[in-house]
Amino acid sequence: MDTKENGENINAVSKAGNLSAGNNSHNLANHTCEGCGRSDLAEQERRRLRALEVVAQLSVIGALLCFIGVGVTYWVGGQNQFLGGFLAAGLALLGIGVIVIGKYFMPQGPFVEQRHEISSTVQQKQLFEEALVERGGSAFKRRKFLGVLMGASATMFGITFAFPWIRSLGPLPGKTLFQTWWRPGSRVVTVHGRPVKVDDLEVGGILTVFPEGHAGSSMSQTILIRAASLPITTRKGRETWSPHGYLGFSKICTHAGCPVGLYEEQSQQLLCPCHQSIFDVLDGAVPVFGPAPRPLPQLPLGVDEEGYLRARSDFLEPVGPGFWERTTA
Amino acid sequence: MNSTGYTNGKLAGSVDWMDQRLGLARIGRKIMDKIFPDHWSFMLGEIALYSFIVLVITGVFLTLYYVPSSQQIIYHGSYLPLRGRRVSEAYASTVNLSLNVRGGLLMRQMHHWAADVFTAAIVIHLCRIFFTGAFRRPRELNWIVGIILLILAISNGFTGYSLPDDLISGTGLRIMFSIILSIPVIGTYLGFFIFGGNFPGKLIIPRLYIIHVFIIPIIIAGLLGMHLGLLIYHKHTQFSGKGRREQNVVGSPLWPTFVAKTTGLFLMTFAFIAALGAFIQINPIWQFGPYQPYKISYAVQPDWYMGWLDGAMRIMPSWEWTGFGHTWPLEVFIPAVALPGLTFTLLFAWPFLEAHFGKDKAEHHLLDRPRDKPLRTAIGAGALSFYVVLFGASATDVLANFFQTSLNLVLWSFRITVVIVPIAIAFLTYKICKELTETPYSGQRKRAVVMVRSPQGGYNAYRADPHPDTKAGQVAEPVPIEPESTQA
Repeated sequence: MDTKENGENINAVSKAGNLSAGNNSHNLANHTCEGCGRSDLAEQERRRLRALEVVAQLSVIGALLCFIGVGVTYWVGGQNQFLGGFLAAGLALLGIGVIVIGKYFMPQGPFVEQRHEISSTVQQKQLFEEALVERGGSAFKRRKFLGVLMGASATMFGITFAFPWIRSLGPLPGKTLFQTWWRPGSRVVTVHGRPVKVDDLEVGGILTVFPEGHAGSSMSQTILIRAASLPITTRKGRETWSPHGYLGFSKICTHAGCPVGLYEEQSQQLLCPCHQSIFDVLDGAVPVFGPAPRPLPQLPLGVDEEGYLRARSDFLEPVGPGFWERTTA
Repeated sequence: MNSTGYTNGKLAGSVDWMDQRLGLARIGRKIMDKIFPDHWSFMLGEIALYSFIVLVITGVFLTLYYVPSSQQIIYHGSYLPLRGRRVSEAYASTVNLSLNVRGGLLMRQMHHWAADVFTAAIVIHLCRIFFTGAFRRPRELNWIVGIILLILAISNGFTGYSLPDDLISGTGLRIMFSIILSIPVIGTYLGFFIFGGNFPGKLIIPRLYIIHVFIIPIIIAGLLGMHLGLLIYHKHTQFSGKGRREQNVVGSPLWPTFVAKTTGLFLMTFAFIAALGAFIQINPIWQFGPYQPYKISYAVQPDWYMGWLDGAMRIMPSWEWTGFGHTWPLEVFIPAVALPGLTFTLLFAWPFLEAHFGKDKAEHHLLDRPRDKPLRTAIGAGALSFYVVLFGASATDVLANFFQTSLNLVLWSFRITVVIVPIAIAFLTYKICKELTETPYSGQRKRAVVMVRSPQGGYNAYRADPHPDTKAGQVAEPVPIEPESTQA
């Protein structure tokens, strides 16, 4: 059996080998070329293959030089463009060499291979079923109770072993998303912790501020805008929130949470650069454009006797994008 | 021939040792005889495979320098504009490996470009499989493996993009946190468990790191093995043509022709990525600056494979809904969770949907020409155009600036085109397919008409022989490597 197979295969090799040259000339002979004889064609073909061989040789020599170039470039400091340029050129030239060999100096066929049947025969299916059900399943068939017990304990293992994989990953949300570090009387400070005084900003100026002691806090970030020199009522009930024209809004976009960082003084609008939501500052930062669904919450501000800006309270609603529990607070 | 059976002395020594332990000669010959059809579109998957190899090679280098930590430190490195700034260790180490490690920038840029090429090659490969019907029985399982690979490639692209902790990737993570929050019922808990607390926290960078360098690559490698294993087991599909039938495969043998060609393709892919890494700057994080939750940059776009999601988020109306005592952030959930969910569900289901509604559950090894399946081609083209429009919508601000027009106009143009364009494209594609199938000889190389003047002065016209490159006209009958051997 083995020897027979081997014999057939060896036979096939020589067939495949012979075919390479035969096929190439065959392709060429297909061109209808009146007036030129068969020997000219063979000569042409020889010349073509010789030229291709030279191309392959030159590319591989070029590749070798480029790889040396990679080494030299690395040695003298590894300048990015030269290092990568030599690497790319070397690889490409080597690739050309390999492709020329593969395309012109190797058997091109077309060769054929027969497919095999994918589905099993009826008999194979029966043998499979026998082994699976009769041989394997019968042990459990007669011991149903044991099977149920094993299933139950394996399920319990799956459930309890998953506990740390889920619950230990992080703390429960609790009230985290409902509050920030702003407290009644919190002094307004810059990111460097410097308290902001009432004459620090010109009209039209903006500043990112935080509650004192929490400079840089992600949740408490607030954009401070001096929209005028006199108090501005953005909404009913907010008459006292903007001393000397200072307005404070949560800087977290109510859409996807990006910092709402762009302020256009002329139109009194805040723009979120992520998805282009636009908020109308004088109207209580209500979204006038884009996907943001809610106004930016406004921070009630006040001024103490020394002239420092202070929060009157935390934001009156959760800051940032929407989440499931938001309205149940 | 000696006692081992080999005529070549070298083989007798090394290969025979392996043969006595593995039966190498028998298996080896079978593998070397495997036939690969010669068609350019079959190289797309190979490009994806080779990009993955480049990703692994360059990625391992990056892990030798990258520090997965959100710990804030003061930057004292060589890049002067950052000196004295508070940055995370992750950011500082990425800047350091880019600017101070010899060859580091090339490795990093090649890694990033390779990820973009990897996902692009997968998507184009997917299109080839879809439009030629290569997903049909028996290859549905391999189609599913392929879609999982696409999802993993995109996921690993995103996690890798987030690792440097620069201003742009940090903003991307913030958006991802908001997207998770938007999921009804479990969103808040899910977000807190994944990020280890409220955003930004200190745990997400090390978690993304282990996911990016270990978990997902291991799964990708395993599934790639499965993808290729199934491909070998099922054998390749092929386009129909002379001598090509459902029962055979026609093309080049693995050894040596295909090995040479595919090695060439590997080198070319590698070279292409190296050239991109050398000459086209990508993600210069030292210019973006370190991530701070209160800072933001303007006109930023994610990597290309996330663009469709970003675009969908931009053009989605602000439909937050409050009901049953809860907030339903549909303006985020629909474009960023439901849309990709639906997209990948439909992709998974497509082979089964088509088999069911097309009433075709037969085995297929010959590929369709897209025009011969007008409905499938129309749906595919329409769907593709939908994602292309969404991708375009991720640049609303850039387009508004470029055309000196209002954001409002750009936004509404996209809201309208995202509905109209897919319908129009699908309709047109259907019509073109129908037209092509009904036109005789369309798509075939024209044969020259030769005019001959006879000695008597008369003129005769006749059609020349088919061009030798015309596949259908190839006279060479396929020659079997293996004579019709009936193996049990």
